[in-house]
Amino acid sequence: MARYDRAITVFSPDGHLFQVEYALEAVRKGNAAVGVRGTDTIVLGVEKKSAAKLQDSRSVRKIVNLDNHIALACAGLKADARVLINKARIECQSHRLTVEDPVTVEYITRYIAGLQQKYTQSGGVRPFGLSTLIVGFDPYTGVPSLYQTDPSGTFSAWKANATGRNSNSMREFLEKNYKETSGQETVKLTIRALLEVVESGGKNIEIAVMTREHGLRQLDEAEIDAIVADIEAEKAAAEAAKKGPPKET
Amino acid sequence: MECVFGLVGNGFALVVADTSAVSSILVHKSNEDKIMILDSHKLMGTSGEHGDRVQFTEYIQKNVALYQFRNGIPLTTAATANFTRNELATALRKNPYSVNVLLAGYDKETGPSLYYIDYIATFHKIEKGAFGYGSYFSLSMMDRLYHSGMSLEEAVDLVDKCILEIRTRLVVAPPNFVIKIVDKDGAREYAWRESIKDAGVSSA
Repeated sequence: MARYDRAITVFSPDGHLFQVEYALEAVRKGNAAVGVRGTDTIVLGVEKKSAAKLQDSRSVRKIVNLDNHIALACAGLKADARVLINKARIECQSHRLTVEDPVTVEYITRYIAGLQQKYTQSGGVRPFGLSTLIVGFDPYTGVPSLYQTDPSGTFSAWKANATGRNSNSMREFLEKNYKETSGQETVKLTIRALLEVVESGGKNIEIAVMTREHGLRQLDEAEIDAIVADIEAEKAAAEAAKKGPPKET
Repeated sequence: MECVFGLVGNGFALVVADTSAVSSILVHKSNEDKIMILDSHKLMGTSGEHGDRVQFTEYIQKNVALYQFRNGIPLTTAATANFTRNELATALRKNPYSVNVLLAGYDKETGPSLYYIDYIATFHKIEKGAFGYGSYFSLSMMDRLYHSGMSLEEAVDLVDKCILEIRTRLVVAPPNFVIKIVDKDGAREYAWRESIKDAGVSSA
């Protein structure tokens, strides 16, 4: 197989683009990221690896705004993310300039996915090593959306999805527990999904909530800790209820 | 005969512009807004070629927004003014914009400020300024009556005096004006001064 992964423009005999698959591996090594779509709220959550003592954690923002009504979280090579995010931000303003309309979530997702695809079909370049979760509200209908892109350039819409490390466990959890939620319930569901694979505590989780009226809001550590405590309490209560009242012997 | 003028007061800046869109002897409309709100705390009053004016101001507005998304904080008024000047200067000897700009903004650290940027990229930071034929009258009125640190009432009174002077003395004076203000609470429309309301459809 070594002959077929040198330049990504080359297909392997069994139809693989190895560079793209290796890029997906890079994503799988990246930090966990999860997104959940509610009826009026969309929540993005990202695992925060414990910050080095001397590092200013505020300079490492993992959930970013692309426009007033669109946000993005990603898993994989963060330096590649910077390039994509920059291009996407320019496209958001460029769209507003030429058609006097904010972008729809689908448009900007298609744009980012298109960029990622371009780098799988060019000479001398490697694919972007990241998958993105893009959330936002349609500027006119107000409908919330969640999309995911990956290094191959494919994209699709989701009700809830996860990417990065242990994404399979998170996705399984979401498949089992997803239901239409709104407001704080959506936040809780997101945190519960993240807690499946991340050490609990506000220090290790970054959460951002997007609403139609207020745009993107990053939750601070205290808020996250409070919700985590709520979740633990609910879990304990559920455990106790399961054990049931002591059987009469 | 486009008139744009502005001044800095105590904790605020005002920009005033006429609202007529004219093509040779035809008035297209009398309620054209020539003062673009760039972001929460910046205003740009412009005069000049209509196409250039719209294209240029929208371009500046979108770049101001992009900066904020990229860097997480808004551009200062001074930086915006310098960026605007630079764009005009770069285009000047290739493909010039025929646009004169009065840029007003409020920064938390430095308070209100006003910048005069004309179509050949002249750049001045000023307390009061004006463009167009109207400037002969408004600038003279402001020279006589302006003092620094005016209150809002005093400043609006001065603006009204300037508008009256323009209406009285300029041969094809524009009928309507819009006044916009920027202060710590943001950039917003303050008032209109209309002497002709666009006529509605006459009844059959």
